[in-house]
Amino acid sequence: MNGWDWSAVADFMPRFWDGLLLTLQVLVLGSLLSFSLGLVWAIGFRSDTRLVRWPVQAVTEFIRNTPLLVQLFFFFFVLPEWGVQFSGLTTGTLAIGLHYSTYTAQVYRAGIDAVPAGQWEAATALSLPLPRTWIAVILPQAIRRIVPALGNYVISMLKDTPLLAGISVLEMLQQSRLESASTFQYTEPLTVVGIAFILIAYPASLLMRALERRLVR
Amino acid sequence: MSADLPPTNDLTPVSAKTSASANTDTDTDELIRFDKVTKRFGRNTVLDNLCFSVRPGKHVTLIGPSGSGKTTILRLLMTLVRPDEGTITVSGDQLFPAGPKEVREIRKNIGMVFQQFNLFPNMSVLRNVTEAPVRVLGLGKDEAEARGRELLDLVGLGDRCGAKPSQLSGGQQQRVAIARALAMRPKILLLDEVTSALDPELVAGVLDVLRDIARTTDITMLCVTHEMNFARDISDEVLMFDSGKVIESGPPERIFSAPEHERTREFLGAVL
Amino acid sequence: MTAGLWTHWVLPGIWITVQLTVYSAALATVVAFAVGTARTHRSRTVRFLAGLYTEIFRGTSALVLMFWLFFVMPSLFGWALVPMWAAVLALGLSYGAYGAEVVRGALNSVAPAQREAGIALNFTPWQRLRLIMLPQAVPEMIPPFSNLLVELLKGTALVSLLGVADVSFAAYLVRLATQESAQIYSVTLVIYFVLAFLLTRGMRTLERKTKAGIGITTTAGGAR
Repeated sequence: MNGWDWSAVADFMPRFWDGLLLTLQVLVLGSLLSFSLGLVWAIGFRSDTRLVRWPVQAVTEFIRNTPLLVQLFFFFFVLPEWGVQFSGLTTGTLAIGLHYSTYTAQVYRAGIDAVPAGQWEAATALSLPLPRTWIAVILPQAIRRIVPALGNYVISMLKDTPLLAGISVLEMLQQSRLESASTFQYTEPLTVVGIAFILIAYPASLLMRALERRLVR
Repeated sequence: MSADLPPTNDLTPVSAKTSASANTDTDTDELIRFDKVTKRFGRNTVLDNLCFSVRPGKHVTLIGPSGSGKTTILRLLMTLVRPDEGTITVSGDQLFPAGPKEVREIRKNIGMVFQQFNLFPNMSVLRNVTEAPVRVLGLGKDEAEARGRELLDLVGLGDRCGAKPSQLSGGQQQRVAIARALAMRPKILLLDEVTSALDPELVAGVLDVLRDIARTTDITMLCVTHEMNFARDISDEVLMFDSGKVIESGPPERIFSAPEHERTREFLGAVL
Repeated sequence: MTAGLWTHWVLPGIWITVQLTVYSAALATVVAFAVGTARTHRSRTVRFLAGLYTEIFRGTSALVLMFWLFFVMPSLFGWALVPMWAAVLALGLSYGAYGAEVVRGALNSVAPAQREAGIALNFTPWQRLRLIMLPQAVPEMIPPFSNLLVELLKGTALVSLLGVADVSFAAYLVRLATQESAQIYSVTLVIYFVLAFLLTRGMRTLERKTKAGIGITTTAGGAR
């Protein structure tokens, strides 16, 4: 049993900043991937043919109902067997983006479903072409619900980035483990990382709640 | 029907004197007393320095335009809201401020029937009526159920004991709510626009039950209503409210036939 | 994959995963009801403390919390936890915080008039909560609880990073033994999917039963 050591905190900080930077990098790229892939799924949900709708639903349900960590290992170990060589960082970013795309797909779907049917009918009555209907009528209305919900999933994703430590990506948690391995100080690095998550996630969630109040009504 | 009414509490005999009065003179024989009570919601003053008192066993009806603070009076008595100024006493005991124990002791004497019935949807009709006597008064389960059945018989719903509130019509629900309030053997019954949420054809059944209770018990009743005929039938005293104040009070015969105040005349002209 | 690997590692692993889910869900439920109810308490201090709890535990990463409980608690406070309990504690405390929001939301969605009717019948605050508010709020909680339960099941996979021999850890061992990944990891994913499916099904049955208990038939849409 030993107490708190501020010098251990100071020693850890260089690694911490590196880890934070990588965490944010994963977060940004993973978010972008999940936003765009989720849109693909959402369009698939609305497809006229069951041949598209059912497989998309099955795949997204499967991914959403199984653990991200196991998916990370799957890609990390299986892709090389298939001859695809990615770094842990690339694999991790792809896996987290894919996992969360199944959530963003639900967000898009809910947002689009919330647009009243009358809007579609009005667009048809005006003979607007389909792409125009989407861009000018549906999406601007759906986006009010979509943006805050997507933001909340970005926050969830942030809290899942430590899972990438499992495949040795040097994000914050892995940096703290390396620090502990070399200094045998467990307390300070892990505590710093834990607090860092709260310090980022809490203001971010306040921001999303404010956004929700402004946009959703 | 009246034979099954709940045993009354030891109330002093009804005196011939006017029961409710919009003045502040102290009277030892008063059950409810509002003294300079003010209540504001935000910048809106709903009760303005209000004084009145009610003597035991009397039936007092509060009339007046919507938003004149009538319902707030009942809600203050039920401790659902607190006054900003002034004192409210029941049998001489002050309601605000008072500790939770004292408040519960005072509240034991008061029952309330709401505009929207507010039955508990998760309980059967019978359990709605027996739950509080068992949990609050400590009655035995069998005793409470026997009494509950009597009261449900009284309101004409003895055959619906096992139903869920959602299976009843509004009028039936309101009659269960009356039985539920009576099951607590209150000295005071607060009736908050009890027919306003009902379809017109269901109003009469509920009012008949209340007329019966008014005639055959000596429960003190404080009643907010827009049913002027009902008010005329049961009231000993009518208080006319406007802008948080009692602007006129007196026996129903006089208020309804010869109102003195201009606003009362306008109001009665509009509703009658 | 041989039968030996299956019976030695994977099956016990599934059992550990199920146990972890049950224990963590039990703890999370207790936390959710305690904290969620406290957030509707009339004392401002109680509400603040409950809110603080929710924000802290929703703000942390469950994995970091798990590591912290396992590695830091012993050196900082002298309490050593076996990995299994560190995991249950971490999952229970963080999913309890999410659940608390569900409980608070459901309690707030009960009509305020129900509370008033409870006051008018002179119930104590505790009786009002137990006899009136919770029986009406619980059916509302079940669909979001069902989602959280699946998230919790997925979260149990994190314990493999602490060396707890759950089904994810078993997959890792099988991979080492067979030098082959695609099969065992596919099987593991399917196992989780089946468990999640069973949980969702169970919760749906529970929802129907509790709703029937307060006189809502699930067929009649918009009965409330």
